Amino acid sequence: MKYTLTVNGKSRTVDVPAEMPLLWVLRDTLELPGTKYGCGVAQCGACTVHLNGEPTRSCQMPVSSVGAAAITTIEGLSADGSHPLQRAWRELDVPQCGYCQAGQIMAAAALLAKTRRPTAADIDASMNGNLCRCATYLRIRDGIHRAVELAAGPPRRTTRTSTSTSGERGR
Amino acid sequence: MDALRLDRRAFLRVSALAGGGMLLAPCLEPFAGLAAAEVEAAALGAFIRIGANGGITIVAKNPEIGQGVKTMLPMLIADELGADWKDVTVEQAPSDPARYGVQFSGGSRATPGHWEELRRVGAAGRQMLVTAAALTWAVPESECRAGASAVVHVRSGRKLGYGRLAARAATLPAPDLKSVVLKDAREFTLIGKPTRSVDTPAIVTGRPIFGIDVRVPGMLFAVFEKCPVFGGKVASANLDQVKSEPGVRHVFVVEGGAALTGLLGGVAIVADSWWAANTARGKLVAQWNEGPAAGVSSAGIARRAAELASDPPARVLRKDGDAAAALATAAKTVRAAYAYPFLSHATLEPQNCTAKVDAGKVEIWSTTQTPQSGRQLVAQTLGVAESDITIHLVRAGGGFGRRLSNDYLVEAAWIARAAGSPVQLRWTREDDMRHDFYRPAGFHHLEAGLDAAGKLVAWRDHFVTFGEGEQFAPSAGIQPTEFPSRFVPNFELGTSVQPPLVPTGALRAPGSNALAFVFQSFLDELAHAGGADPVRFRLDLLGEPRVVQESDGRGVYHAGRMRGVLEAVAERSGWGKRTLPKGTGLGVAFHYSHLGYFAEVVEAQVEGDAVRVNNVWVVGDIGSTIINPLNAVHQAQGSVLDGLGQAMAQEITIERGRTVQGNFHEYALLRHAQAPPVDVHFLVSDNPPTGLGEPALPPVIPALCNAIFAASGRRVRELPLARAGMRWA
Repeated sequence: MKYTLTVNGKSRTVDVPAEMPLLWVLRDTLELPGTKYGCGVAQCGACTVHLNGEPTRSCQMPVSSVGAAAITTIEGLSADGSHPLQRAWRELDVPQCGYCQAGQIMAAAALLAKTRRPTAADIDASMNGNLCRCATYLRIRDGIHRAVELAAGPPRRTTRTSTSTSGERGR
Repeated sequence: MDALRLDRRAFLRVSALAGGGMLLAPCLEPFAGLAAAEVEAAALGAFIRIGANGGITIVAKNPEIGQGVKTMLPMLIADELGADWKDVTVEQAPSDPARYGVQFSGGSRATPGHWEELRRVGAAGRQMLVTAAALTWAVPESECRAGASAVVHVRSGRKLGYGRLAARAATLPAPDLKSVVLKDAREFTLIGKPTRSVDTPAIVTGRPIFGIDVRVPGMLFAVFEKCPVFGGKVASANLDQVKSEPGVRHVFVVEGGAALTGLLGGVAIVADSWWAANTARGKLVAQWNEGPAAGVSSAGIARRAAELASDPPARVLRKDGDAAAALATAAKTVRAAYAYPFLSHATLEPQNCTAKVDAGKVEIWSTTQTPQSGRQLVAQTLGVAESDITIHLVRAGGGFGRRLSNDYLVEAAWIARAAGSPVQLRWTREDDMRHDFYRPAGFHHLEAGLDAAGKLVAWRDHFVTFGEGEQFAPSAGIQPTEFPSRFVPNFELGTSVQPPLVPTGALRAPGSNALAFVFQSFLDELAHAGGADPVRFRLDLLGEPRVVQESDGRGVYHAGRMRGVLEAVAERSGWGKRTLPKGTGLGVAFHYSHLGYFAEVVEAQVEGDAVRVNNVWVVGDIGSTIINPLNAVHQAQGSVLDGLGQAMAQEITIERGRTVQGNFHEYALLRHAQAPPVDVHFLVSDNPPTGLGEPALPPVIPALCNAIFAASGRRVRELPLARAGMRWA
């Protein structure tokens, strides 16, 4: 079946089975492998993309259900890696292995698009579906807060790294 | 530019001298991003190339699995080289031990194994650049200083960047690595500075850098359905029906061998897309010869362990003093049975591998932690020479010990050869969880005696584990020097084994991740039995600061280093100085593994079955230098949170020779909202720096269990906590 998708602002036509999950269409047909496979059952969030701005598990979304929705992947979050979350992630060096981080950033980007200054509880609630096997959760929290600062004003240099750090907690 | 053009013969000679090996091959590494800025690069040994424009390429030799070696190992070279880190591009090495030495990621070995070795590589490069500058200026080398990617003639102030010196430096004889002069620690410019991972920019923009992202021209995709019972084989399968499914190119039976670590029996399906291959797999109906493991179950294993425990240990690994006599005369004795389950690695990137076999040559792109073992396995299984196998190292989405095994690697090579085209084999999450090399379950039957003063005088452990005869199954053994061995005058450690029909292997901090739970929990029981404060009891047990070791020099244990981290963590956590609300408690534990000394305190709040960890404090002693503090803190935090997740909910169970759990709804990792703050602090000691991928994990599990006891009076003797009905608040 032929489907015309809007991916990262571009129109792309694919000829794939109707039930093929968007994840595999993105990764293997459209060669946008930034979106990751972790579980295939919506348990880990590694495959998170935006559909019309909503965080969506692309492993559970048949391509035939996407319709005209605008799809945004990590490759399209910003043209040049300058989204505040990407900047914050670089600044704080959030990833360890990095495999889950595209999904983490897309989940966080959807949160920040709706809630400019999320509380720690907002972060816990929005991010709880995204597993990180390396457990970089503390830096993900710090990264989201830092992205809020970066989005609010011109970048200023902070040093949040030391040999003794803890990472705050919400709830 | 002519002056900078290399004499190619000299260039290669220098490569051979300093690199101990081969020609400088053109770099075929397709993913790491070649140093585009590097022009007319001159090689200073196997690890360093410097372009005429000043771009410096440093090779990262070991597999990167998220532990940070792709950044940390080049830092060692760059600092001694006198390179400005902003001029450095890091390039991942392919597997080439003749050129780079042993390439391996495991055992927290990267730091102790390279701390001096790679600094010497950098210092040799610096010396060549200084010599080149001195020759250029016709001045004594002693008047030249290197740093910030340049050499300066101190007296005249003349300065030449490394890019201008590299071509001449590359023609010089390579210095003897053993005699090069290393910097004093006070001269480090990069070592000890928080340094961001070189791959973070690629990660946050979704660049294709992982194993599953590899693309090779003409590549097909494969799935491989193995017998669900460990080691079973295919009896029959509806291959023709599966072959008629859309997009499917090849379907075939792989006979496989007997070794659980090698190629096992199954059905391979190769298709134009992975989705087509996996969809066709849904139509596969296979009959299996399940083999001897078909009768294995977790319940049966536990029953057999109980039988073995009722007899004396089959082997006595260590006997100091007379534990039986001391127990008989002790003022107080405590007995307890502890147990822990099989665990899966659950790397977030499921196992996968890309392979191409063409005219007898094998090319592999893999996330393996042990490429050389992978090469040997492929050579043996496919009957090809090791020299005909090329292995590219690709960043892994987590390792944790899973990728020490190369089962998926040999599967990809075998399937690619049979298919006659390049193939990417991808496992599903379920394949990954059900065909792992599990952290072995274990059972300990402990008995200890205290004297009238509450001092620990007798200790006996009967450890029931897996193995055959005197051979333990992988990661199922114990060292006779394991603490509290040598710290209790009457000590006995015995073992009994049952057959290793479930595949087992190393999981982050192997051995330690289970033994710390058992021994540090039981020590806590003993402290309370004697009415002692758990920190005080442990300090008394450690005794005077001293080095304990075996007569042959093995089993070194610095009691003073452990005392140091224990005292520091007590101080940082406010141990004994804070009033906690009812239902909240502190638990402490320490453990030595992978050359690192760690003590940790958990503050837990318990309400009914709901557990909340409020805070964790970590103090570690891994020697004189924290090479990359930014990553060091992060590794320790990740290890601690990994351990908390493991303790609460993770358990692999076996029924009819099969793994029951298949995905994350049945095998829960820690999630965002459950992650407490983790305070990490390092004590600097006068010891060589050691690794950090593992040793921060083991103590957190008993510290949590001891905190639960302090908060609620519930003593945890069996993991995971979920078995006792507990859950995260």
